[in-house]
Amino acid sequence: MINTMKPKTLILRTAGTNCDVELAHAFELAGATTQAVHLNQLVAEPAMLDDFDLLGLPGGFSYGDDIAAGRIFANRIRHALYPALRQFVQAGKPVIGICNGFQLLVKAGLLPGFELPEGAPPQQVVTLTDNANPRFLDRWVALRAESESVCIWTRGLDSFDLPIAHGEGRFVAAPEVLDQLEAQRQVALRYADNPNGSQRDIAGVCDPTGLVFGLMPHPERYVHKTAHPTWTRLDLGSPAGLRFFTNAVEHVTSDASLTA
Amino acid sequence: MSTISTSDADRSSELTPSGGRVWRVEVHPADPADDPRGASLAHEVADLHLAPELQAVRTARVYLIQTALDQSAVERIAGELLTDPVDQRYRLGATPRSDDAGLVEVHYLPGVMDPVAMSTVDAIREMLGDVDCEVRTGFRYDFVGIGPEQSKLIANRLLANPVVQSVTDLPEWPQRFVEGTPYEFKLTHIGIRDLDDDALVRMSREAHLFLSLDEMRAIRDYYRAADRDPTDVELETLAQTWSEHCVHKTLKSKIRYTESESSGLEFAGRPNHTVSDDGSIYIDNLLKSTVAAATHELINDGLDWCISVFVDNAGVIRFDDEFAVTFKVETHNHPSAIEPYGGAATGIGGCIRDTMGTGLCAKPIANTDIFAVADPNYAADELPKGVLHPRRILKQIVAGVRDYGNRMGIPTVNGAVSFDDRYLGNPLVFAGSVGLIPNDKCFGEAKPGDRIIALGGRTGRDGIHGATFSSAELTDTHADEFSHAVQIGNAITEKKTLDVILQARDHESGCLYSAITDCGAGGFSSAVGEMGEKLGAYVELEKAPLKYDGLSYTEIWISEAQERMVLSVPTDRLDALRALCEAEDVEMCDLGHFGTDNAELILTYKSTEVARLAMSFMHEGIPQLTREATWSPRSVALKCDAPTTSIPKTLTRLLGDPNIASKHWIIRQYDHEVQGSSVIKPLVGEKADGPSDAAVLRPRLSSQQGIALSNGLQTSVGDVDPYWMTLSAIDEAVRNAVCVGARPDRIAILDNFCWPDCSKPDNLGSLVRAAEACYDGAKAFGTPFVSGKDSLNNQFTTDEGKTIAIPSTLLISAIAIVDDVNRCVTMDAKSAGNMLIQVGVTTNQLGASYAAGLSSTDIPRVDLTTAPKHLATIAKLIDQGLVRSAHDCSEGGMLVAAAEMAFAGRLGLDVDLAGVPRRGELTDFAACFAENPTRVLLEIAPDKFDAVARTLREAEVPFGQVGTFNESSKLTVHSDAAGSLAAVEIENLLNAWLKPLDW
Repeated sequence: MINTMKPKTLILRTAGTNCDVELAHAFELAGATTQAVHLNQLVAEPAMLDDFDLLGLPGGFSYGDDIAAGRIFANRIRHALYPALRQFVQAGKPVIGICNGFQLLVKAGLLPGFELPEGAPPQQVVTLTDNANPRFLDRWVALRAESESVCIWTRGLDSFDLPIAHGEGRFVAAPEVLDQLEAQRQVALRYADNPNGSQRDIAGVCDPTGLVFGLMPHPERYVHKTAHPTWTRLDLGSPAGLRFFTNAVEHVTSDASLTA
Repeated sequence: MSTISTSDADRSSELTPSGGRVWRVEVHPADPADDPRGASLAHEVADLHLAPELQAVRTARVYLIQTALDQSAVERIAGELLTDPVDQRYRLGATPRSDDAGLVEVHYLPGVMDPVAMSTVDAIREMLGDVDCEVRTGFRYDFVGIGPEQSKLIANRLLANPVVQSVTDLPEWPQRFVEGTPYEFKLTHIGIRDLDDDALVRMSREAHLFLSLDEMRAIRDYYRAADRDPTDVELETLAQTWSEHCVHKTLKSKIRYTESESSGLEFAGRPNHTVSDDGSIYIDNLLKSTVAAATHELINDGLDWCISVFVDNAGVIRFDDEFAVTFKVETHNHPSAIEPYGGAATGIGGCIRDTMGTGLCAKPIANTDIFAVADPNYAADELPKGVLHPRRILKQIVAGVRDYGNRMGIPTVNGAVSFDDRYLGNPLVFAGSVGLIPNDKCFGEAKPGDRIIALGGRTGRDGIHGATFSSAELTDTHADEFSHAVQIGNAITEKKTLDVILQARDHESGCLYSAITDCGAGGFSSAVGEMGEKLGAYVELEKAPLKYDGLSYTEIWISEAQERMVLSVPTDRLDALRALCEAEDVEMCDLGHFGTDNAELILTYKSTEVARLAMSFMHEGIPQLTREATWSPRSVALKCDAPTTSIPKTLTRLLGDPNIASKHWIIRQYDHEVQGSSVIKPLVGEKADGPSDAAVLRPRLSSQQGIALSNGLQTSVGDVDPYWMTLSAIDEAVRNAVCVGARPDRIAILDNFCWPDCSKPDNLGSLVRAAEACYDGAKAFGTPFVSGKDSLNNQFTTDEGKTIAIPSTLLISAIAIVDDVNRCVTMDAKSAGNMLIQVGVTTNQLGASYAAGLSSTDIPRVDLTTAPKHLATIAKLIDQGLVRSAHDCSEGGMLVAAAEMAFAGRLGLDVDLAGVPRRGELTDFAACFAENPTRVLLEIAPDKFDAVARTLREAEVPFGQVGTFNESSKLTVHSDAAGSLAAVEIENLLNAWLKPLDW
């Protein structure tokens, strides 16, 4: 049975977050409601996560990306919110981290989220580091969703374009980690034309459940047709970015009862 | 070779009894071969042929931590916070220098803003509780294959600026950090009452007040009447308030203008212009009589969409029923000459604060940036002393705008770069900021009894004397004398402050403050002085939170430390505001209150009064200047590149001219899509590499209404006549906006004058001519000026005494309403078989064109009787959906614009010059490359041609078909007289355009 209540999305923001408004807009277009919550507030009351069905970690320059992109935000999550977020995912609730949100998921050890012994501390096994050409780059890139991936966010997507805008987006991990990601079908998104030197062209990965998803490209920037760089040349149909969010909203509305 | 301690343990004997010691942490790439920053630096060194023997560069981040924490705690900080476990390794202490590499370290000088260090301290406290620690950061570079001398040379050329950074060839590892000396209060009075003219002039210069003799006399007389001497802080306050930067006294002066022979311009009947019997013209307040007069006359004639013009930190125009948009463009030239990175970053940061300080705070939604620098290939060994290389200046300026704008999350969407060697010692940086503001929040006013609240950054010694320094002329010693005027920004502090202010503005109980302004030039002095102009203000200076000890009361008052906003807050709203600040980690301080008896400014330091000034004297006491201005027609012939070369060669050369060539290297470093509002991007076309005429945004994500942003800059025409330059620039800005689909009747414009020394009558005369054209242009196009800024002392004097004056530069920025973004068009050609139409006429006038340079002073001129109608007709065609693409025809002429359309659309094009609309005789060369204004190229589908032709004919707009797009890979040019003139591969044209600035 489809639940007609709108799912609630927590948009987690902090000093330097700057893609929160458009991320909220994307979730709202997809049929969810949103509430922006400051990290300080969530750290003070982790239980407030229980009131939400979806979690969005927007892009930006959290804490200036000082030290390294997403590092300080990730450390705060590790110290104060790791159990609460694990619990959120265990409850079957989807999480997306875009750009800086992806960087922090990786650095907090929430992605790729390989199985750990019970109670083990979070462990960072992949990283997002300086682009091969170490400078900030804003451009649209061609992407390919892995049809076999367990990711719930990329279901039904094939080949499409999204913008990237980052200086530290090169996906790096040890070969055995990459192999395990592939084997567990956690690679959800690859670049068709690798813009930053990412290993195995990886643009986005999910955790083994497919619920937690991080990617460097910005789907929230392509939820209207006029955002695409060639929209004045040809009609590309429904904007691909929106699909990520409708997928997640459909997942929570069809699959489970919403948080009361 | 000197030995370096290689282990942290070596320092254990150097423990200091209290406050711990300095630990050094180096963070290296785990795999030395995977070091993109090192590789990029090596590449740059190779590009510049600085050290052919260089094999590689290894980089490391260095953290110096002064703390009482023990080694295990420091190891935890290094391992968990400072190092990425996947691709980095840390080392406590200093890695030994290897024999085959030169070592250099670059660290910020003590007291210079180091945002990474500040964040690291916060993160350490988050990890370990409220521990006592201080951090400084730097970079280590090991240059493999070269020695220390060469390494240091590279560091000085590419990595460090001695104004803010130190370069050492040893690992930086002090025993203790340098600390500020505590300040000992001593109230200082300055004897001024007995000074004669010579002494006043000397005092103005030596104390860096930069005030004129008349102004110094006015101050002296004020204190004679008050029967006391001023305190130092009173004098500084007056110097800041009366600076050219803050009060625009040249533009507001009384001017006597004469022409050596008549320029043909009619002066009688212009507002506030008096023509005297001897033919000289008196203009009372140039700004009010030209730029602003046009706006007020347009409003009186019924223009009803201007909400606030010239009075606030930005101009405000109506957007829709709920929101208005704001626009401001600032210059930050002199700081950018000395420290381009910090200068440009704080330039954009300051302009963003202007947006935040408009009305009750507009939300910044877009940035623009326009730069003017010397030739990037300027011979390095011919640079005058005290001048940075233009390539480095440009790179650092771009990095500054990038790092600030991107971190603030504001898309940088429109810009330009102008190259001219006269900008060598005095580059120009124009930074623009657009905001969105609710219609009911467009005005604020401080109330008596309101608290004076400062939010955001702390006050330090940075930026002291910025307002007065920016009004002075640059010389080779300025970097030494005014290093304290340089500011380094911290964008995240500004972002946090913005987050809090927007919440306070939209608070459920109503806006929490009654007025707001930014701390820009002049710091608290200007901000509090402006807000309290009518009320007076009482300020307790010791309340301001400081970055470090040692600031005097005067330094606190005039510091231009970044990221500070001043709010006027009713006492019963303080608690709500404080709660918001605490929730978002934003510092807030209560400095005093507005409203004093007799509307005085009263400053105290720890209960001692240090200043008492009448607001009326501060704001109205400045004597109006009377200035001489002259104009003589110019018969310049600076360059002579006669149009004899072939059309294909000229086309290729023009596409590769740095002024015309692709700026993708800059554009792609800016996040021009954050906030999700992008509709027309700076680069468009099949492969997103064609130059867009303007940017279009959708500021409200739920609405299809948009804004277009464009600019016009026609400096070369100004070498002949600034009047026609100005009209060309307005025409270009309007044309660019129209080309993407903006409404021609809803365009507001901004003026930014950057002029050489306007105390010289001929420079001021050229400024007068530009200002008169602003009036004529704005009136004719119906485009009101809503804001502007001037910088009127732009030149550089070398150590040999040679003065290089910049060319008179006027930037016109435009903001326009787009009714429905779905009807916008881009400049890239869409389909083979479509026709290329030129609208507007071409003449043989090649003066000041890129093809011919100043071989002739015969410049094409804007026809104000027809231009507005032409552009309105083009807008109508676009609005009716009859146009597939539109492109402004400007720098380089018709053929350059046509080539850009073809390669952006990856189509071939056959051009036939017979169709070029003309007036009089027209050579093939001029048909291709003349730069007549008011011309646009349109791509029209054949089935739409009749409708287009009918509309154009009915409006009496000249047009002609100049080409047809096709599937070939070539651009061909044909004329009736000469037959085939060119057949060039489109790809070659594209590459000629892409390569020059592909750094």
